[in-house]
Amino acid sequence: MAEPTQPAGAAADHAYLTIEGVTKAFGDFRAVDNVSLTIPRREIFALLGSSGSGKSTLLRMLAGMETPTEGKIILDGEDISALPTYRRPVNMMFQSYALFPHMTVEQNVGFGLKQDKVPKDEIADRVAKLLDLVQMRKLAKRKPHQLSGGQQQRTALARSLAKSPKLLLLDEPLGALDKKLRMETQLELVNVIQSVGVTCILVTHDQEEAMTMANRIAVMSEGKLVQVGGSHEIYEYPNCRFTAQFIGQTNLFEGTVVESAADHVVIDSVDFAQQIFVSHGITPTKGSRVWSSVRPERVGLSRTAPDSTYNWCQGTVHEIAYLGTHSVYHVKLANGRKVMAHVPTTHWGDETPVGPGEPVIVRWPNNANVVLTS
Amino acid sequence: MMKRWLARFVPKGRTTVTAIPYSWLLVFFVLPFFFVLKISFSEPTIAKPPYTPLVQVTEDTKVTVSLNPAPYRTLTREVDEFATKPWTEARQDSQYLVAYWNAIKLALLTTILTLLIGYPIAYNIARSDDSTRNTLLMLVMIPFWTSFLLRVYAWIGILKDNGVINNILMSLGVIHEPISMLYTPFSVLLGMVYNYLPFMILPLYANLVKLDGRLLEAAEDLGSKPWPTFFQITLPLSRAGIIAGSMMVFIPAVGEYVIPSLLGGGEVVFIGNKLWEDYGVNLNWPQASAVAVVMLALLCGPIIWLHRFEQRRKEQEQ
Repeated sequence: MAEPTQPAGAAADHAYLTIEGVTKAFGDFRAVDNVSLTIPRREIFALLGSSGSGKSTLLRMLAGMETPTEGKIILDGEDISALPTYRRPVNMMFQSYALFPHMTVEQNVGFGLKQDKVPKDEIADRVAKLLDLVQMRKLAKRKPHQLSGGQQQRTALARSLAKSPKLLLLDEPLGALDKKLRMETQLELVNVIQSVGVTCILVTHDQEEAMTMANRIAVMSEGKLVQVGGSHEIYEYPNCRFTAQFIGQTNLFEGTVVESAADHVVIDSVDFAQQIFVSHGITPTKGSRVWSSVRPERVGLSRTAPDSTYNWCQGTVHEIAYLGTHSVYHVKLANGRKVMAHVPTTHWGDETPVGPGEPVIVRWPNNANVVLTS
Repeated sequence: MMKRWLARFVPKGRTTVTAIPYSWLLVFFVLPFFFVLKISFSEPTIAKPPYTPLVQVTEDTKVTVSLNPAPYRTLTREVDEFATKPWTEARQDSQYLVAYWNAIKLALLTTILTLLIGYPIAYNIARSDDSTRNTLLMLVMIPFWTSFLLRVYAWIGILKDNGVINNILMSLGVIHEPISMLYTPFSVLLGMVYNYLPFMILPLYANLVKLDGRLLEAAEDLGSKPWPTFFQITLPLSRAGIIAGSMMVFIPAVGEYVIPSLLGGGEVVFIGNKLWEDYGVNLNWPQASAVAVVMLALLCGPIIWLHRFEQRRKEQEQ
């Protein structure tokens, strides 16, 4: 490639890509607001957010299609913030692929190498290898419109890998596929990316896609990173109400801290008759306003009240949706507040399941919920 | 019972809708063409209309059909001239062929120039914001609101020896004698390009506005600089627009006679002028008709070829 090559290992592997205080402003509107991130070599990293969260703008700045208003992007020890798109060692797989309609699969995949004036036979070799990798060799002479959605996606992947980029960007990689194909393709895609060993950032609004594919996830909202962590961490220990509600479903109870110790917290909530007990310590002190989040699959239902003084409440079953593996119960509490519970189909055993309109106790174990301060 | 029987003869909605353009073509194109074809085989006479009927019924109810090949002979004789005599000599005696050639040359030049000028304009309109786009399109079309003749006469006023350009240049002292621009090949070409430009811009715009911007981004992402991107992506993908625009310009330009006769001063004769002369001055309608029929045949050739070409490409893609 044309740009000066960095000595091998110029950047430490743990900070292969560094995004430093990057902001993109369109007039008064800050699409991306002071984002800093460090991504190690070979990581698959997901930017997860709803539309307008700034995730696509951040991706476009990495690709060079937008210039940051402030901040730096350093890839493998080289500041690429000012490089034009065509000089960056970064390639992108576009949303709905943007394959060149007048070129064959082969020509599409070889396009990037042709721009670098790579000799023809070398291009042919490399293209053949890539098409083998994505199992498209047999369809090399087809035009994009003669391919299925999945085949187009594989062609686009091969095209974006052709120049062995230092950083691979995936913009809603599987958004154009139907649900069943998407599930199969997610793992296939991860396998290809890992076999090539490329560092990868993907943008998605689909939490399942992010959780299946990525090593780490950044949740974005209003141009800011809300939380960065592994799938498990983000789901089980959300750091704010936004993450808790955006990733999966949850029940939130607002309340005041009445007891704060090193190993537990007790919260008084107007929604809930009993006090809420959380079996881990937090920073807020007594009297501060907090929210407690408990996932529906952690909420249990029973006909009789437990012995515990915490974490249960009387209510009536409002609605039941049977989903095969589990049923979703909407239980109405005394003050009208609804609690969602995912009850496994096997839960009731020999007992008759509680039906709509019947009284029921909602409850969860002490370690099932978390405290959110914002 | 009666109603249902009648309904069989009332055409359905869809048939009616498709029938409208077809009957338009039939009444205003196919029929007149057959009249022209018929006249081209008759003989000129001094009468009203100035040609003899093809089919004559004589007194003893005998029907005679007489086809006069003379108008076409005039044209084929000129082809023979070129085949047998030296080039320069043949040119002297072959007014029609030379006029055809001049017309096609002018139409080709006009097409190429409108394409070169129109493409960047269409490209920029297609790439501009939604709000400015409509204004720019209006600017392309506004000249069409004034009469075509008026626009051509305006060019005479601009180009003539004591016209706008020469007056300004002389008063500024740039030149001391007027530059003769009017009644030159330059003024004809200028008038042609000016008048046909919108016919090139509009089809090109309609094509370029559909171009997916992400394809350009994808090309750039893969290391292609702006100009290579244009030649590798934009240009091949706008081919349909280029063909449509070129057709819209080339076909009417071949038969154009107002612009060459007003701005050209009659030195170079085009087929349109020849046709008008035979029709209006010489009152030789059969000859004029034969010229028109041959011109249509000449134009049909490239159109059919292009159509076939596009068709074959589409079939290959499927």
